[in-house]
Amino acid sequence: MSATAVHSLWTTAAATAADPIGKIDAPKIEYGQLAPTLIIIGAAVLGILAEAFVPRRSRYYAQMFLSVVALIAAFAAVVALAAGGHGTTKAGIAAMGAIAVDGPALFLQGTILLVALVGLFTFAERRLDPEAHGNRVDSFAAQAAAVPGSESEQRAVKAGFTTTEVFPLLLFAVAGMLVFPAANDLLTLFVALEVLSLPLYLLCALARRKRLMSQEAAVKYFLLGAFASAFTLFGIALLYGYAGSMSYGTIAQVVDGTVPEVTPALAGTMGNDALLLVGSALLVMGLLFKVGAVPFHMWTPDVYQGAPTPVTGFMAAATKVAAFGALLRILYVVLPGLRWDWRPVMWGVAIVTMLAGAIVAITQTDIKRLLAYSSIAHAGFILAGVIATTPEGISSVLFYLAAYSFVTIGAFAVVTLVRDAGGEATHLSKWAGLGRRSPLVAAVFAVFLLAFAGIPLTSGFSGKFAVFKAAAEGGAAPLVVIGVISSAIAAFFYIRVIVLMFFSEPRPEGPTVAVPSPLTMTAIGVGVAVTVVLGVAPQYFLDLAGQAGVFVR
Amino acid sequence: MSFPLLTVTAALPAVGAIATAAVPAARRTVAKWLALLVSLATLALAVTVLVRFDPGGDRYQLTESHSWIADFGVRYELGVDGIAVALIALTALLIPFIILAGWHDADPLETGSSRWRPTQGFFALILAVEAMVIISFEATDVFLFYIFFEAMLIPLYFLIGGFGDRAHQHGEKTAATQRSYAAVKFLLYNLAGGLIMLAAVIGLYVVAGSFSLTEIAQARASGELDMATSTERWLFLGFFFAFAVKAPLFPLHTWLPNAMGESTAPVAVLITAVVDKVGTFAMLRFCLQLFPEASKWATPVVLVLAVVSIIYGALLAVGQRDIKRLIAYASISHFGFIIMGIFAMTSQGQSGATLYMVNHGISTAVLMLIAGFLISRRGSRLIADFGGVQKVAPVLAGTFLIGGLATLSLPGLAPFVSEFLVLVGTFTRYPVIGIIATLGIVLAALYTLVLYQRTMTGPVKPEVSAMPDLRVRELVVVAPLVALLIFLGVFPKPVTDIVNPAVEQTMSDVHKKDPQPEVEAAK
Repeated sequence: MSATAVHSLWTTAAATAADPIGKIDAPKIEYGQLAPTLIIIGAAVLGILAEAFVPRRSRYYAQMFLSVVALIAAFAAVVALAAGGHGTTKAGIAAMGAIAVDGPALFLQGTILLVALVGLFTFAERRLDPEAHGNRVDSFAAQAAAVPGSESEQRAVKAGFTTTEVFPLLLFAVAGMLVFPAANDLLTLFVALEVLSLPLYLLCALARRKRLMSQEAAVKYFLLGAFASAFTLFGIALLYGYAGSMSYGTIAQVVDGTVPEVTPALAGTMGNDALLLVGSALLVMGLLFKVGAVPFHMWTPDVYQGAPTPVTGFMAAATKVAAFGALLRILYVVLPGLRWDWRPVMWGVAIVTMLAGAIVAITQTDIKRLLAYSSIAHAGFILAGVIATTPEGISSVLFYLAAYSFVTIGAFAVVTLVRDAGGEATHLSKWAGLGRRSPLVAAVFAVFLLAFAGIPLTSGFSGKFAVFKAAAEGGAAPLVVIGVISSAIAAFFYIRVIVLMFFSEPRPEGPTVAVPSPLTMTAIGVGVAVTVVLGVAPQYFLDLAGQAGVFVR
Repeated sequence: MSFPLLTVTAALPAVGAIATAAVPAARRTVAKWLALLVSLATLALAVTVLVRFDPGGDRYQLTESHSWIADFGVRYELGVDGIAVALIALTALLIPFIILAGWHDADPLETGSSRWRPTQGFFALILAVEAMVIISFEATDVFLFYIFFEAMLIPLYFLIGGFGDRAHQHGEKTAATQRSYAAVKFLLYNLAGGLIMLAAVIGLYVVAGSFSLTEIAQARASGELDMATSTERWLFLGFFFAFAVKAPLFPLHTWLPNAMGESTAPVAVLITAVVDKVGTFAMLRFCLQLFPEASKWATPVVLVLAVVSIIYGALLAVGQRDIKRLIAYASISHFGFIIMGIFAMTSQGQSGATLYMVNHGISTAVLMLIAGFLISRRGSRLIADFGGVQKVAPVLAGTFLIGGLATLSLPGLAPFVSEFLVLVGTFTRYPVIGIIATLGIVLAALYTLVLYQRTMTGPVKPEVSAMPDLRVRELVVVAPLVALLIFLGVFPKPVTDIVNPAVEQTMSDVHKKDPQPEVEAAK
């Protein structure tokens, strides 16, 4: 079987092939097809202007309105594009070869936008912290520039300042996430990576309570993230040296040896396997960092714990979606010809990720760290689907991402509710007996935990079944066995939390459950609804993911 | 489209569970009566299934089939054979008694907290388990079965961990710790079994391209679907492991004594008499039908494990100081008999095993529920804390004796018939195994009679002297079950008539015929 024939399994020829970089033409931009990203970037820019010009007291509502409208409009644009066949028959490459508009891209963009909308509701929650100076405050620092513990900070807190900059920051991160899985050349990929990462670094540092921990988390995230970005960039440079092009399609052709014309200037290094192997390894490493796969997972627990919980929820859900989208595209579009080289490596990564995530999580005593390690284990499960290298593999990963992200964001939204005098009570011992005190909140959290554990009739089970089935069909049966073993290990600590909530006696000075505004209630409600619907009747969404299972090239 | 009787039978308790859970906190009694009525209505539906089922008809009857998750090849397929009908009837029969026996088990200790509603939760969870058990008996789609096989762990987990005996010999704090330990152990064992099975379920789909039991069995019989020997064995092991945990079979049995010991008596009955039957039932329906060759391959090992279960369970039962744990180990011994009957691969063995499932359900329910009444009166589960009960509470003691005698398979009571069939069925093919298993009966006599002697006879202990006899509610629970034990002991034909055709078909699935009796040629 020739290599090209294999590719046609999961890639179709682009409707409009991009010209190789030769003469300089006036750029031809398909604004319609780029509408989702453009709307979000436009709204983010407007949000910054609003920060500068709208009076302080109405900023919150202006920013909320702007963000919600932008996210809904962008989602509508994604739906319109998908309805117009851009996900299937009219899939193509837009913006001079920079952006792919195809099934996986649209599916992931839709997921990211919905997750961001739900995440936005948790960002905007202002009923959980006690009022300061008559102002309702949110989970973010009163004044980000104030030194923690200083007098100016105390004054800012007392005055009840709020940081509405988080809304445009969120939108910028979303814009980067929309481009990340759709990028069709390496430079666009890198720019998207930075656009999504930088606002997240900032957001991590903005916690209202436990500010030092939050800033530490942000610094760790930034330093390690910068490292990963540098690796990615180095990988991109080497790949350019290898293929003489940034474009995914052209690199894939060079890998296959079906490149139409060789650039004379690069003839010396072109086709050098060392460049290809090292370059792609570095590139994939950068992406594995973003998805939080072992051994590039070290940042996850610290950052998840330190960041403001709404940010953690959004980051855990949306970043994972975007990063897995980009990883899929790199592996399936750029490097399919190299799959005999990357599959064994990814096997190893998936196995270690599943096992390490599940085992280390057992010893955790903080609910946010526990969820962080659980997210690592889940990254391993998703990688099992990635390794399948079949269209079912792609659609199973897409489905898993959609299912997982809503469970995650719902679970972190519940974490924001359990509070004591010091803010959120994230230490597990404080959750003892929560089920007696607030049966409803505990029951909802139990639903999310059962979904994480992959119990049937929840979305977690449908997703897990989809990826394991794809992996088994793709010839990775041992991965499935290791997957179920680590699921069993992981079940232990999810169950432990349920035991703690329902079967332990409540502590006398234990935390209380704050009554949130309809915003957080909506976020949690959406999470539960998606969890149950995708668990009981997943067919429609599996169809959607199935139709979106083909990358354009 | 005909009336979806099977769906309704399973859906009614599920709806009832939601309704019960939604009853306001102050209206505990309403919740209890609602749950009881729902369980009785489910019993009526189960009887309808029993009547509509034609033992001489097709293998699977009252079938329903709808597309569900096309992407996974999963269909919502229901159908019952004789074995399933008998077990659905058993389930639906026992649940009203379980509810009635547990009438006061979940009353809140202190009134005041308005949001914590244990009573509603207790009865809702019992109904939820009933719904899931019934649908697992009905499912003819492997995936559908798997989903409910796993999902039923969650309500059971809360039943074990959330509700314990009112009084405990070691105080409430130890009781709570032991309870949550038992619940977690139960869940982890069964979840691990279930996840291993998940891998096998996926493997089966990859090999067979379908989840439909009938389709796969047909394709296998006609030779269209050729499974490599090693693949079949691995898949068999994956399935069997899950069922052996659930059943439970030595050495995967250790969760059962904890779970039964720490939960209230009605929940213990629910576990051992109802839920565990799904494990043995699934061995018959899935292991033997889907993997006939591998089942034959595994037979020697399974039989040995079953015999070990019989003897080991009985020996441990002899040594117990705790009434509920004693009954739990006795159950392990009995599950050994059931599994031995299934894997003896003779028609007497298998119909005996099916009959055994029904009879064990009833006899254990009698014994355990009365033990529960006894324990709640004395506030202790230790055998040593009782003595001379028959002088103060003769009816209680008498019914307990009948339950005990049923457990040791006294002729004239229902379990005798099934145990005899199982032993005969095993003996015709594996005489040595059969003979060793007979020892289990001797040990059963030992542990039941010693239990009776120590608790009921002898001088009346001072703490026991004021013990009231069975109340009306308790008599309503016990009397029908005892009557049924005697009736099925004398006249088991109604059950065997329903079960036998299904057993014949299972036998033909594994291409086994009963061994011909060897008659010495006349000279």
